[in-house]
Amino acid sequence: MSDNVETVDYTEMWEELGLNVPAHCALLKAIGPAYESVYLSQKNRPEGMSYFDFVMSEIHSLRIRELQDHKADGGSIIGTFCVYVPEEIIRALGGQSIGLCAGAEWAFPEVEQVMPRNTCALIKSFMGFKLGKVCPYFESADLVVGETTCDGKKKAYEVLGKLHPTHVMELPQMKRPDDRALWRSEIDRLAAKLEELTGRTLDVASLKAAIKEVNDKRRALQRLNAARKAAAVPISGKDALLAVQVAFYDDVPRFTQMVNAVADELEARIQAGVSVAPAEAKRILITGSPMAIPNWKVHDIVERSGGVVVAEELCTGSRYYDTLVAEDGDTVEEMLEAITDKYLGINCACFTPNDARVDDIMRMAEEYNVDGVIHYALQFCGPYQFEGYTVEKAARANGMPLLKVETDYSMEDAGQLTTRVEAFLEML
Amino acid sequence: MRVLGLDIGSRSVDAVWLDDGRITDYAIADSGFDPAAAYEGFLARGDHDIVVATGYGRHVARGALGCPVVTEIKAYALGATALYPEAGSVLDIGGQDTKIISLKASGGVDDFEMNDKCAAGTGKFLEVMARALGFELAEMAEAALAAEEGVVISSMCTVFAESEVTGLVHKGVDRGRIARGLHDSIAKRTLGSLKRVNVRGPLVFAGGVAKNPAMVELIRGGFAGEVRIPDEAQIVGAYGAALSALGR
Repeated sequence: MSDNVETVDYTEMWEELGLNVPAHCALLKAIGPAYESVYLSQKNRPEGMSYFDFVMSEIHSLRIRELQDHKADGGSIIGTFCVYVPEEIIRALGGQSIGLCAGAEWAFPEVEQVMPRNTCALIKSFMGFKLGKVCPYFESADLVVGETTCDGKKKAYEVLGKLHPTHVMELPQMKRPDDRALWRSEIDRLAAKLEELTGRTLDVASLKAAIKEVNDKRRALQRLNAARKAAAVPISGKDALLAVQVAFYDDVPRFTQMVNAVADELEARIQAGVSVAPAEAKRILITGSPMAIPNWKVHDIVERSGGVVVAEELCTGSRYYDTLVAEDGDTVEEMLEAITDKYLGINCACFTPNDARVDDIMRMAEEYNVDGVIHYALQFCGPYQFEGYTVEKAARANGMPLLKVETDYSMEDAGQLTTRVEAFLEML
Repeated sequence: MRVLGLDIGSRSVDAVWLDDGRITDYAIADSGFDPAAAYEGFLARGDHDIVVATGYGRHVARGALGCPVVTEIKAYALGATALYPEAGSVLDIGGQDTKIISLKASGGVDDFEMNDKCAAGTGKFLEVMARALGFELAEMAEAALAAEEGVVISSMCTVFAESEVTGLVHKGVDRGRIARGLHDSIAKRTLGSLKRVNVRGPLVFAGGVAKNPAMVELIRGGFAGEVRIPDEAQIVGAYGAALSALGR
């Protein structure tokens, strides 16, 4: 696909966005080879993944051009970091929701001048992209919508708010009726903020259409992921992870169509018994902290070590696509109620208690017929580090082998991590 | 069948030659900056039919030699079980890793724990501390054993502990007591991990640090079960790697 595309120089667009162009070039030069080594070196990939290769090759160029065009047509760009920010409301008001860059180490020395060193890599990363002026998504965003999921993010948004228009949603941390009422009011507050920003008003037709559109995207991902339950594994874990990562910032209808095309292909592969992994490869479920692009570290290590990742209980996994917004609302009020319920239903480690996440993991382990679970926590990601113990205990009680991994975006522990993952796979 | 097992570690390259499953010879060489040179010397002897590699350099060796590889975890489990069939667990403190392996009754790996990033409390740590105290490695262990009581060393990070040791030296604290304190703190940390993993005895203590008499005494004194120390503790990984070729 990419062979047919002429090379376009985007320097002017990047300059107009206020990027640090030389630093940005250095970033792109690092991501290209990383993608090649992690993704393009895989054998027997579904053909439909070529769309994602194309998207990745244009991640900071053609897609950014599209977003600028969207803005020129009077649309807005809303940056987000989290699965709790309702994309339906953004879209109903003519906006596009864009998951912002948070998956690579960038400008950490500068970041450590504004926040503690022992902040998780994800938070440091988005702050680094902002301070280093290397993320064209960030610089395209009319507004960033944050959320109070953890202490690190909460405080980081205070810093970010000084640098970029930022709206923070207060996500309750329990799920009692009062908490739901608070969350509902936060949904309303976001809607009001976006109405003010865009000069539009939420109406039944556009909200209904947006709900349907975003549900269709999640349904497509559900289909793709359901195919991974088969004994013949039709797609690598890395590729499936990439699809969910891209869901956060790609054009929604096009993405849905492309993912459905991959799902068609996967279903045909299952019929034909085509697998990307040998029959004896151990099937792994990965659960824990979010994995933002281009964080493919643990998947890459597992699959290079001979295992195959068949499921992710992650924000860049089932937490993103598992649940839908009810489509039977006929008034804006009813639809906002449905949105409130859908998002509050996600089981993030920032909630207490959060037993439903453990149930999700155990259910998925069974559905995807996994041999072992890897609990992945970013270093200094307190909520997931804590729940690592809960999940480990539950796994043990269910006779499910579990490896607890704590890491960050650097490669300094790749050797030790590889040894641990290989030994875990040998043990299964 | 003659098998050569290689454990290509961060500090040493260890080799074990097996014939019909029995050890016929073994050797230990410094990894230095060119570990390949060390194992190529062993390969040059030519008295093997196949090679199996483990340790940090296993993947490089696989690339260069096309040989099968196993992780250190599996290698140590196999080697320790072959030496002590009654073993319940393995503690391996090597150049930059500490591993605790809990064994199934049948000998396979039941569970394991391994340090995830830094080399705190490993052989490398002891080397750096010995240098800070002006000891040879063996001297430091002797001095630690001779000291009545250790000073408390609060840091396990190699860099911080070195500063702490330097501070103590400047205060005029006896270096034998500092050496004892360093060994005490590694032992305390290791025994804590053994407790957390809840391993059963007998515990096979292997790896380069098991050659350190002070560490052996402290682990023996603190572990609830029996402790077995192989005569040549450093080659258990290479032995296990070689055994893996025999389909165990």
